[in-house]
Amino acid sequence: MKKKKHFLDVISENRFIHILLSILLGFLVGALFLVIMGLSVGAAYGRLISSVTSLKGFSYVIVYSIPYIVVGLSVAFSFKTGVFNIGAEGQFVVGSMAAAVTAILGASIPKPLLIPLCFLAAMLAGAVWGVIVGFLKTKWGINEVLSMIMFNWIAFYLSNFIAGLPAIKSEGTAEATKNIPVNASTLLSKDFINSLGLAPTANWGILIAILMTVLVWFVIEKTTLGYELKAVGSNKFAAEYGGISVNRSILTALAISGALAGLGGALQLMGMGNRISIFSSQEGFGFAGIVVALIGCSNPFGVLIAGIFYGALMYGGSKLNLEGVPTQLISVIVGTVVFFIAISVIFENLKRLKARDDRNAEAAAIKKAEEKKEEKK
Amino acid sequence: MKKILALVLALCMIFALAACGQKAAPAAAKTKIGMVTDVGGVNDKSFNQTSWEGLQALAAEDSSFEVKYLESKTDADYQTNINTFIDEGYDLVICVGYMLADATRQAAEANPDQKFAIIDDSSCADLPNVACLMFAQEQASYLVGLVAGAVTQSKTVGYVQGMVSDSMNLFGIGFITGVLEQCPGATVLQYNANNFGDIAGGNTAAKDMITKGADVIYQAAGGTGIGVMNACDEEGIWGIGVDTDQAVVLGNDHIITSAMKRVDIASQDISKAVKAGTYTAGVHMYDLSNGGVDLAPTKTHIPEDVLKLVEAAKADIIAGKKTVPTTTAECPTFTLG
Repeated sequence: MKKKKHFLDVISENRFIHILLSILLGFLVGALFLVIMGLSVGAAYGRLISSVTSLKGFSYVIVYSIPYIVVGLSVAFSFKTGVFNIGAEGQFVVGSMAAAVTAILGASIPKPLLIPLCFLAAMLAGAVWGVIVGFLKTKWGINEVLSMIMFNWIAFYLSNFIAGLPAIKSEGTAEATKNIPVNASTLLSKDFINSLGLAPTANWGILIAILMTVLVWFVIEKTTLGYELKAVGSNKFAAEYGGISVNRSILTALAISGALAGLGGALQLMGMGNRISIFSSQEGFGFAGIVVALIGCSNPFGVLIAGIFYGALMYGGSKLNLEGVPTQLISVIVGTVVFFIAISVIFENLKRLKARDDRNAEAAAIKKAEEKKEEKK
Repeated sequence: MKKILALVLALCMIFALAACGQKAAPAAAKTKIGMVTDVGGVNDKSFNQTSWEGLQALAAEDSSFEVKYLESKTDADYQTNINTFIDEGYDLVICVGYMLADATRQAAEANPDQKFAIIDDSSCADLPNVACLMFAQEQASYLVGLVAGAVTQSKTVGYVQGMVSDSMNLFGIGFITGVLEQCPGATVLQYNANNFGDIAGGNTAAKDMITKGADVIYQAAGGTGIGVMNACDEEGIWGIGVDTDQAVVLGNDHIITSAMKRVDIASQDISKAVKAGTYTAGVHMYDLSNGGVDLAPTKTHIPEDVLKLVEAAKADIIAGKKTVPTTTAECPTFTLG
């Protein structure tokens, strides 16, 4: 007899359906909150959709999604290699600050040279930030999650310190760095933007984000390095037995992950931010990266799509107040989505429990049948 | 599989139902006022909140106003939010806080027909379509400084500032001038939190000051200041609030008074001006003389004689007989700047 597939089986076997379902549930819970608050679900979600579907809106979404994609890749890469890069926030911050300093001090360098230089500086800074934590872990076994969270704050205050230095700080009243020179800007030309009616902050950073997506996929799937890192990620003892240096792998993984997060910082600065303010609270790009990596199943192309989805939520969500809806609705939706993705473990366990019950029932049935046979004899 | 299908269909139905909800009929021409917050958000218990409450009150009493706000999460959101209001055809965009100065300038230059107002910034005063709403925060701070100088018994008062900048320093300069005038030789403990959102940090800083003998603490530090006020309440000393009547807003009985900054009145004034067609660009100064800054209504804990003295000082400032210093050079005791 062909057994009907159980609902839980479908979800746990097909990641795509699972994620899609989580997103739907997220919106459902969001709708529930809207109803409780007595607000119109149609108006809120209508605004969310209408604001991201026009050409201008979509160009905003792309601009918003660039840092989320790249930081998402950074976190996804670390997931694949068995380290949890919760320090992407700090790496993002030092990366964008390194790019800002390079751009401001190197304002006279021609554009084709300055832009790659800023990217390099950001990647280097992010990588260093990641490697320090990796070093603490491999050398003295200090838990990387703890030191990363602390390094996020070190980056936060370091950035505030640098932004306040006379050579970097804005000459006006703004509590921020100087604006980066046009030589370091990735913005598309004004005429092009105006002729198409794109967002004023439309920039070509998305190309770098797509390039990085392909590159990360290639490294993970097609190179020896990627194979080694993945091996360490899935079972470090087996990997070590197989002759892979675990410590070196962790350091490499954190360096690459950190470099990606740093690059995300540079792309955000050079495309959209134009300056770095003295922070009063963490801007949360690194934490958003974790969400994006989760929604994207740590698959580089998944992350690309998840990043755009997240960007759409952020941009569309910023307009919710026009409908009298608090923007926190977006946090509720995102939180719910992450919650349902993260409880996949529960689905797995439920499935395992069910399988055990099935086996027990089967065993009991066999036993009963055998007993009956005995009786007949 | 069936259950998933059912769930998806149910969701679709909800969306479909919701979609045929309200489609507001085009109302008569309204004056649309859009407000862009800084990264503090609209519930910052400080100037974002005050100016939003002012606009809400305006819309409540005069239904020809339509008011909306957009919150900025990061520094990079300012431009996007301002542009959203421009695209939606708002009559006036109010940018709350000097952090939005660059974004306002950019948008104002790109959209010369759009009217803007910015709070706490005068750097855009040269533009023909930006009204700069400025506050004489040193005057209100001076008055609460007099109160602090009068009620301190340990001759030690504390002051917590959210960030060091010319505009923020006015709070400290005014306060310390007032304290020293009323209580010469008093010690003023000063702390720059470098953060407008750190409640725990504000609490620790205030407790540290209390250990060092402070019995009155003033703060101009947004959310960090809330921590300061909580510490005053816990330790039973006097706190002095800022921007709003914080004794009422925070429900804290140890706040002797607050240095009010009527951002709400300023945003209402400029909105009304837009409707009446009397909008003017340039600096609009709000000070004691026009009620733009003042002591909070809560002053029941202030002794009678101190209150008289403060009222006298206020009258002097309004009459122009006294000016409160605005630079660190005039107030060397202020060390944060």
